[in-house]
Amino acid sequence: MQLGFLVDLHLCMGCKGCEIACKVENEVPLSTWRLRVKYVDVGTFPETKRTFTPLRCNHCENAPCERICPVSALHYIENGIVNIDKERCIGCAGCVMACPYGAIYIDPETQTADKCTYCAHRIASSMMPACVVACPVGANIFGDLEDPKSNISMYIQDHRDVQVRKPEKGTNPHHFYVGASQVNLNPLASRREEGYNLFNKITTLPLGGHHE
Amino acid sequence: MIHETLAATNAVVTLDVPLPDVFWGWFVTMNMWAKSIGTGLVFMLFLLLRKNASEMSGVRTSAIIVSFVMMNVFLLFTLADLHQPFRMWHIFFYPHWTSAITVGAWMATVFVGLEFLMAAMMIRKDKCLLTSDANATFDKLLFWVTLLAIPVTLYTAGIMAEATARELWQMPTESVQMILAATLSGSAAIILLGGSKLSDETKNFFASILGLSALLAFIIYMSEYIFGSMKAEEVTAILAYVKGDGEYATMFWIGQWVAYILPMILVALYRVSKSNSILTLAAILAIAGLWVVKHVWLVIPQLLPLS
Ligand code: SF4
Ligand code: SF4
Repeated sequence: MQLGFLVDLHLCMGCKGCEIACKVENEVPLSTWRLRVKYVDVGTFPETKRTFTPLRCNHCENAPCERICPVSALHYIENGIVNIDKERCIGCAGCVMACPYGAIYIDPETQTADKCTYCAHRIASSMMPACVVACPVGANIFGDLEDPKSNISMYIQDHRDVQVRKPEKGTNPHHFYVGASQVNLNPLASRREEGYNLFNKITTLPLGGHHE
Repeated sequence: MIHETLAATNAVVTLDVPLPDVFWGWFVTMNMWAKSIGTGLVFMLFLLLRKNASEMSGVRTSAIIVSFVMMNVFLLFTLADLHQPFRMWHIFFYPHWTSAITVGAWMATVFVGLEFLMAAMMIRKDKCLLTSDANATFDKLLFWVTLLAIPVTLYTAGIMAEATARELWQMPTESVQMILAATLSGSAAIILLGGSKLSDETKNFFASILGLSALLAFIIYMSEYIFGSMKAEEVTAILAYVKGDGEYATMFWIGQWVAYILPMILVALYRVSKSNSILTLAAILAIAGLWVVKHVWLVIPQLLPLS
């Protein structure tokens, strides 16, 4: 079994239902996110549109976070999920430096690394990840990539524009997007300008450690 | 290049909360800097033993003690940078061998243990239980410690290489830079420690190592600065932080001048004038500048948003 995600960006309307469901399900502390929906505005007024891209851990087949973790706190489980053992983690932040997608954060309460686990605990009880259940438009498609009859496999077969984030990194993500452009997937394809954020002056909780 | 589409798309991120900028900050710089001096001194002791063993007596004790202290500074900052420092023992009980962090931690521990033995032998020469001739045993051990110093120096480059998110750090260049940082700071440190105990010939020798290390490291940084952008867009975006009015441009050039350019000039002047104070100044600048150079190179790739 190889579990994977696919987000159909044609369907996503940026409601952030998945983000909230994830927060609640996994008790993700304030100022940190396992899953977040990035908004990028494209065009020049009045010809503008807003794009939405849910971003989470890609559960890479060749995961740099797993490779660099000195104590195997990050590890693969048999269904392909890259899971984390917070009791094992020493908080070296090697994984934070290694993940090309910025998917890992240091939990300010436990001072250990954390990230999306595809809701491994729910899957163990034959439930879907919380974000899949919460999405009102079914934009999150989840299933076994090794089963050609699964929803996700059928979706991949039926669509030509299936993409992953940063394929050049060689991580082989198990998380796909349909209907994405560079603006959605490539951080260099958009600007980040002071004052353009919907929420400016975001405060983050102190992490401990020695960040600048 | 995707950056060139910006004029057409006018794409602006209006909602995203990426990670805090710099995760590995100056604690990690301290770690790399102290380790360079610690291992560099061992390399220099070994070279001195090969070149002019009679002068070893003047620096054996001081060099091994300073190296040991610097390696402890390195370990201390490594530990302090952990978010869960009291779980450090997990590295020894649940080691994951694909991680350069694990391999490095084990090797550095053995290295520091051996250095402790050597330092203890030198301090308690008269009461040394291990051997009747402490100097001879020290010199024998030095060979193995020097061998071990090579991977201990290099493993940080391995960590940087495993940091897949940071395109700037490539193993071939980082490993050479780690060795050069060790030879630069090691030669500078032994020049300062040896002082008048070293002969002019030996000082010349270490001055040459200092000057050449500075030259080579500078050439590599300049190569990356000028040519790095020609291969990968991500590297172009990272190098923008040290170019033009980039956030770290001033600090980058301060580092290059203090660590490399000035010491190179001063070493050249020393060879002409034979003035010890010029050589001392070159050594101090190289050690201080190395911190700045390492810090800039550590921080800039972390400034680029990953999402
Ligand atoms: S997306 Fe990042 S955190 Fe997730 S498996 Fe890949 S490297 Fe690890
Ligand atoms: S922060 Fe924790 S999970 Fe991440 S690499 Fe270090 S020990 Fe592993």
